Amino acid sequence: MNCIVCVTSVPDTASVIKIGTDGKNIDETGIKWIVSPFDEYALEEALQITEAKGGEVTAVTYGPARAEAALRDCLARGAHKAVHVIGGEATLGDSFTIAKVLAKVLAGREYDCVLCGNKGVGTDCSQVGPMLGELLGIPHVANVTKLDVGDGSFTAGREVEGGLEQVESSLPALLTCQKGLNEPRYAALKGIMAAKRKPVDKIEVASLGIDEAADSFYTVRSLELPPPKSGGTIIQGEDNPAAAAAQLVKALRDEAKAI
Amino acid sequence: MAGILVFVEQRNGVIRQASLQAISEAHRQAGGDVAAVLVGSGIGDAAAGLGAFGAAKVFVADDPNLARYSSEGYGEAVAKAVESAAPDAVFFAGTAMGRDLAPRVAAKLGVGALADVIALTKDGDQFVARRPVYSGKAFATVDSAGVKPQVISLRPNVFAAEQTGGSAEVVALDGLSLAIRAVVKELVDTGGGEIDVAEADIIVSGGRGLKGPENFALIRELANALGGAVGASRAAVDAGWIAHKHQVGQTGKVVSPSLYIAAGISGAIQHLAGMSSSKIIVAINKDPDAPIFKIADYGIVGDLFDVIPPMVEEVKKLAG
Ligand SMILES: Cc1cc2nc3c(=O)[nH]c(=O)nc-3n(C[C@H](O)[C@H](O)[C@H](O)COP(=O)(O)OP(=O)(O)OC[C@H]3O[C@@H](n4cnc5c(N)ncnc54)[C@H](O)[C@@H]3O)c2cc1C
Ligand SMILES: Nc1ncnc2c1ncn2[C@@H]1O[C@H](COP(=O)(O)O)[C@@H](O)[C@H]1O
Repeated sequence: MNCIVCVTSVPDTASVIKIGTDGKNIDETGIKWIVSPFDEYALEEALQITEAKGGEVTAVTYGPARAEAALRDCLARGAHKAVHVIGGEATLGDSFTIAKVLAKVLAGREYDCVLCGNKGVGTDCSQVGPMLGELLGIPHVANVTKLDVGDGSFTAGREVEGGLEQVESSLPALLTCQKGLNEPRYAALKGIMAAKRKPVDKIEVASLGIDEAADSFYTVRSLELPPPKSGGTIIQGEDNPAAAAAQLVKALRDEAKAI
Repeated sequence: MAGILVFVEQRNGVIRQASLQAISEAHRQAGGDVAAVLVGSGIGDAAAGLGAFGAAKVFVADDPNLARYSSEGYGEAVAKAVESAAPDAVFFAGTAMGRDLAPRVAAKLGVGALADVIALTKDGDQFVARRPVYSGKAFATVDSAGVKPQVISLRPNVFAAEQTGGSAEVVALDGLSLAIRAVVKELVDTGGGEIDVAEADIIVSGGRGLKGPENFALIRELANALGGAVGASRAAVDAGWIAHKHQVGQTGKVVSPSLYIAAGISGAIQHLAGMSSSKIIVAINKDPDAPIFKIADYGIVGDLFDVIPPMVEEVKKLAG
């Protein structure tokens, strides 16, 4: 059972976001790049599936040179192969271009499961997975918190408002992974050392016949920080909590009109 | 038509509020040029009512195979309606279903999509959208690079639903092949009648300051009194005190309710990312230096175990 895991590199979730000088991108100075947290669930699930059933895990990323670190991280945790499509600096959030690139890379490869994160932390689109499923002509199940893979089929639990959809499907299929599916492993030192020697297959995006600039589906006109907040009403509630509570509820009703 | 087609979601024949919001926004943007597409089984009755929110035409795909959601079956129906209506834009409510279906449909149509939009303007004949990125640490103004139709999902509870009092022509979508491989067998209720944080207008969240799972009862009491949902920090979720579907933050749900109350939550950057766009933020924390106070509109410095019970009483007094 071969699994493909699509991973994207994102700024560490603890990053303070600053706007770059062009006003359209973030300032990358000092940003630490990590594998998007939801992609860790995708990788872990792929590792568990192949550990149980045999086969290989191939990690794929589309991104600039620095994105190789994400693939090394996947290899260190146990992925067998890695593919780096070099490019993508200008496609942050252009989900359809990303999905098209990934679809071209996957064409001709043998896979049973394609696993993505539920969302790329940062783009916050949750779009690449379902788009890729459609382009590959396979079914997808998004937001998966439970998975049971059988022979040529699987059942999955998909989180929706107030419930869990129990989905049954044939393989091959694409899944997008949500927290709760598993507990991602850390890379052991041995894995990290071994990962340094594993090859990463490199492909220039232009060689796939995709012109990032010309074939765009998404333009960022501007990027802004939220307006700073200040001047909240802070009530001291240590000595008389009941009075503080009453004052707060009154303010929420009369002033903020929130209740 | 050059207007907007809106995918309308129903559960058990009841139209979702977020979909009414999407139709209303389409009506504000495109006036009379709004069509809706409704998909399901035995849902004919719900269709005509959409006229009252501004849909001039409603395409209905009614088939037993569409009784439960499937991106393949629903995607085929929406694509068929797009073919018929030839809209400039297709709107989805950004619910679990809408966020799943919009990208699948976009790829089927060979176009991109704009997710989680919180404001729309027009530049010529193109929609320009504002959307939070980095979980609300920044806001991007984006467009679809001139490609049509524009596929757009709207964040729930941001756009108002309004009755316009119109009526709709109902058109059946026939001849769907419905080759569905991923089939929803069952929808298991995990909410137990509670409001989901993703849909709530008021959220009361608890964190590590609660000290143990049993004390979420206190949070739940306040949430119930306010008619809101229960949220949580990741620390509380990872400790196993509450299910992860309650987690708010960068790797949980990103929410923007009208009132967000954080009790015993320090306000780590990953938590703030998920809730900082809430309209009114209230913090209850015994540490006056907790970062949560920096973004709070109202705060009480105090012990949540002393503050919340009288708050519940005060809120109940308002209701009674
Ligand atoms: C990759 C990654 C993703 C993450 N994603 C998320 C996410 O999505 N959501 C999220 O929330 N976190 C997330 N985090 C975790 C985040 O960094 C914090 O660890 C977490 O938010 C802390 O939770 P907390 O505020 O409940 O706990 P703490 O930081 O421990 O704060 C507890 C607070 O309770 C107060 N307190 C204690 N007792 C009382 C009392 N009796 N009365 C009143 N106040 C009291 C304390 O003063 C303190 O401020 C993520 C971290 C990483 C690395
Ligand atoms: N540049 C990329 N390279 C590889 N996979 C990606 C890339 N961008 C997004 N993905 C995958 O698609 C998922 C959803 O991303 P998004 O649609 O941006 O929220 C991610 O969690 C990844 O699994």
